[in-house]
Amino acid sequence: MSKTHVTTTVNGDTAEFLASPGMTLLDALRDELGLTGAKEGCGSGDCGACSVMLDGRLVCSCLVLAPEVEGRRVETIEGMAQGGQLHPLQQKFLEHAALQCGFCTPGLLVASKALLDANPDPTETEARYWLAGNLCRCTGYDKIIRAVMDAAAELRQERTA
Amino acid sequence: MSETLDKPALNIVGTRPIRPDGADKVTGRAAYGADHSMPGQLVGKILRSPHAHARIVSIDTSKARAVPGVKAIITASDFPDLASEVLEGGEQASNLRDLSLNVMARDKALYHGHAVAAVAAASSEAADEALARIKVTYEVLPHVLDVEPAMAADAPLLHAHLFTEGLEAKATAPSNIAKRHRNVRGDPEGAFAAAEVTVEGRYTTQAVHQGYIEPHATVAAWAEDGRCEVWSSSQGQFMVRTYCARILGIEISDIRVTPAEIGGGFGGKTTVYLEPVALALSRASGHPVKIVMSREDVFRATGPTSGSVMHVKLGASADGTITSAHVDLKFQAGAFPGSPVGAACMTALACYDIANFSIVGWDVVTNTPKVAAYRAPGAPIAAFAVESAMDELARKLGMDPIALREKNAVRNGTKAAYGPTFQNIGYLETLAAIRDSEHYKSPLGPNQGRGVAVGFWFNVGGESTAAVNIGEDGSAVVVTGNPDIGGSRASMAMMAAETLGVPVDRVRPIIGDTASIGYSMLTGGSRTTFATGMAVVQAAEKVILDLRQRTAKLWDVSLDHVVWRMGQAECTDPAKPDKKPMTLAALAAQSARTGGPISAQVSLNAQGAGPGFGVHLCDLEVDPETGHVTVVRYTAAQDVGKAIHPAYVEGQIQGGVAQGVGWALNEAYIFDRQGLMENPGFLDYRMPVASDLPMLDTIMVEVPNPAHPFGAKGVGEVPIVPPLAAVANALRGAIGVRIPHLPLSPPVVLEALDSKAE
Amino acid sequence: MARVTLGSECWPFTNGQSDFDIEAATVRDVIAALDARFPGLGAFADKRMAFAIDGVIHQDAWFSAVGPDSEVYLIPKIGGG
Ligand code: FES
Ligand code: FES
Repeated sequence: MSKTHVTTTVNGDTAEFLASPGMTLLDALRDELGLTGAKEGCGSGDCGACSVMLDGRLVCSCLVLAPEVEGRRVETIEGMAQGGQLHPLQQKFLEHAALQCGFCTPGLLVASKALLDANPDPTETEARYWLAGNLCRCTGYDKIIRAVMDAAAELRQERTA
Repeated sequence: MSETLDKPALNIVGTRPIRPDGADKVTGRAAYGADHSMPGQLVGKILRSPHAHARIVSIDTSKARAVPGVKAIITASDFPDLASEVLEGGEQASNLRDLSLNVMARDKALYHGHAVAAVAAASSEAADEALARIKVTYEVLPHVLDVEPAMAADAPLLHAHLFTEGLEAKATAPSNIAKRHRNVRGDPEGAFAAAEVTVEGRYTTQAVHQGYIEPHATVAAWAEDGRCEVWSSSQGQFMVRTYCARILGIEISDIRVTPAEIGGGFGGKTTVYLEPVALALSRASGHPVKIVMSREDVFRATGPTSGSVMHVKLGASADGTITSAHVDLKFQAGAFPGSPVGAACMTALACYDIANFSIVGWDVVTNTPKVAAYRAPGAPIAAFAVESAMDELARKLGMDPIALREKNAVRNGTKAAYGPTFQNIGYLETLAAIRDSEHYKSPLGPNQGRGVAVGFWFNVGGESTAAVNIGEDGSAVVVTGNPDIGGSRASMAMMAAETLGVPVDRVRPIIGDTASIGYSMLTGGSRTTFATGMAVVQAAEKVILDLRQRTAKLWDVSLDHVVWRMGQAECTDPAKPDKKPMTLAALAAQSARTGGPISAQVSLNAQGAGPGFGVHLCDLEVDPETGHVTVVRYTAAQDVGKAIHPAYVEGQIQGGVAQGVGWALNEAYIFDRQGLMENPGFLDYRMPVASDLPMLDTIMVEVPNPAHPFGAKGVGEVPIVPPLAAVANALRGAIGVRIPHLPLSPPVVLEALDSKAE
Repeated sequence: MARVTLGSECWPFTNGQSDFDIEAATVRDVIAALDARFPGLGAFADKRMAFAIDGVIHQDAWFSAVGPDSEVYLIPKIGGG
């Protein structure tokens, strides 16, 4: 059972690790690279707690094999705040109390950012369907959706300003 | 009544500041159960029973021990064989022997997923291989899953020594019925005979899981000197400490438990599954051991709440006065006694003033995972039956469902069905809030229905400790012993800041480990903001008294002449008009010279948590082609006493509604004929996702609780009580027939539509 | 005298009798009086029951005050989720 050497880019920086067979990207991030922001809620692609961006595409990192990220670009929740400044989505989640236990939050933030990158002006229904892969058991989604819609409005304003 | 209630205005309580742990949680820095590691840790894994009911004939671990990297293998023989003893360590008394047998099966595996052995190995692969090589010889026994078959005289027996408690005559033979509860008032039979209108129905619900997104996780170390360190995600670090100490037979002071951030609990993390196992593996291997459950483990081996079979009969006079009620509740307890049927019996009729009733409850063991608490344990199940029956009664009487409930509502001075006399309740106000809402008056569209249901929970107080430590710059750290599941740190900081008269961002709330703060009961029963909040306020008041005493000395005035206002000491002695107010920061800066650090700790056993009532209104739409049900509008009103942080109160209500809607429409444990759970994953155990729900409107009614400094009542339990029936009643309105069985999944709805068409 | 009512869980000790007038200033007095009348009931009530004094639930609270005209209702201890 030999391990595979993997070189990839995580949040803009080069990262290297040894992947054992069957290791997922989620395992690599959490256990090899010490990035525990992405969470494992199910390990089967059903909860979205492990959401990260892979080459600009939203993926469940529990479904990606670690060697697959060789030479590719991974972005995680740890890279969302820039220069000590929270991303507007992070700020709006706090202002709207869009988290209770917060376990789903990293995944929801990554997924929400992917939504707003792709669609800066989503309807509530579009936001709800986009985020349907991210389970939250605490909030009933109400405040999460409000936070996302509010962040979208703010980002649109920033863009036109 | 405490002084603070009479304060003209509150500056912080009732506002919506950003939570103090927020930045950590939106950046991924917050460390949950599985996010912590110890140097040199091993991977722990658990072997689980593949059978629903089986005698464990032998366990051969020799081949597994030979796997390279395997450092320890343990079975029940590595734990003390404990005697039956009721343990008060948790919130609800639990039996120590059952607790330990649930952690590791001894002679029998009692459900599919029951732990039978555990390994610790250097790698996950080695641990898996070792599990595969442990040879357990089982003698498979007949099993029983559902509550009524389990009560039958010829049912397979789970426990040879279980005799029904609570019968008039002592049980002479063992059975699966652990306990009967009973509560009777007046002459129910006579009143039924005289009733002008009666309704009657049989209702069933399935076992459902709390569904917290974070699986259980722990890392534990047993040092050479016998000192133990445990890091785990639970609803109470002190609960974990007590249970580990008792299950392993070690001293409380030898265990230090650090609470991780907790990724949801809802009652499901009020007991231990992994911690004693990780400690035993650590002792056997000499290394720290980390165990993280898979989602499948969570479903198969941790507590769901009960499935049930219920019977409700109501009798009323033509004007809508309910004159008699009969409620019979049969609850699955899972592998060991202790379903929440007792609380279900007490809450079943708690919203109604009825002169004659009988309530009977049955606690029944079954070959399913031992149930654990789930938000207002038992109450939503009973409310599903009673509130469905109430809806039928309103229809039969031709009465508005809220008017019927108002007519029979408990109010201040009413003797509750469970005994005591209600005081300071806000139930009528909550009913009125829904009755007068725009939602209740709005029209319905085609294929839509509207349902109303109400719910009750006692709320509890209990033991809590809080410390307030003032820094040299006048900022404050508040330490409590209660894990923060839903934002309680924010309310602790707010109550401390309000009391001290400082801005909330000058207060940092933290949660201490079991060695750094006094004992606190676990976070549950909606007790933290009430009871721990009371300890925080009292500790802050103690700090203020200390500050006033020091200032009185500085000014050479009597203590009475120093008042604390808006974060500073003010002199009211007319003889000393020159004394300028001294701020907390100024006093803190000279604390060394005035008596040392400024700090206070309060431990208390809070009494008088005010009961809570909720009234829910649900609109849903049915797709007649598929039977699919969509909730289109929902409003939940609740008496919350006083909302400390209204956004988190709304969040608690919305979260409870969402869980209740899932319970009503989709969620259920499904077993095959062998008694194996068929849907132990989120794909097949379907919880609500964002696209399943509308915005969830809330109305916070505030009838203050005089026992709390700011009037707070428990909030988190009540909102899951009404939704099951609110949804079912709305569906009844939409399709014209009653489906008395949960979940109301599309095939069930289609079948009901078809039967109606025939 | 406080009016004390026992929930059905206690009835095996009292042969079904549920209502008593008891001279008591605290919960502990109530427990002691019950145990004097029905040996074993005191320990049982202490471990398993909560005391609702004039509608307010007291759990594990020996020194909670009972007034001369108080209504004291023994109900099973309450937990929660
Ligand atoms: S952990 Fe990847 S989707 Fe749940
Ligand atoms: S905040 Fe707890 S799961 Fe979303």
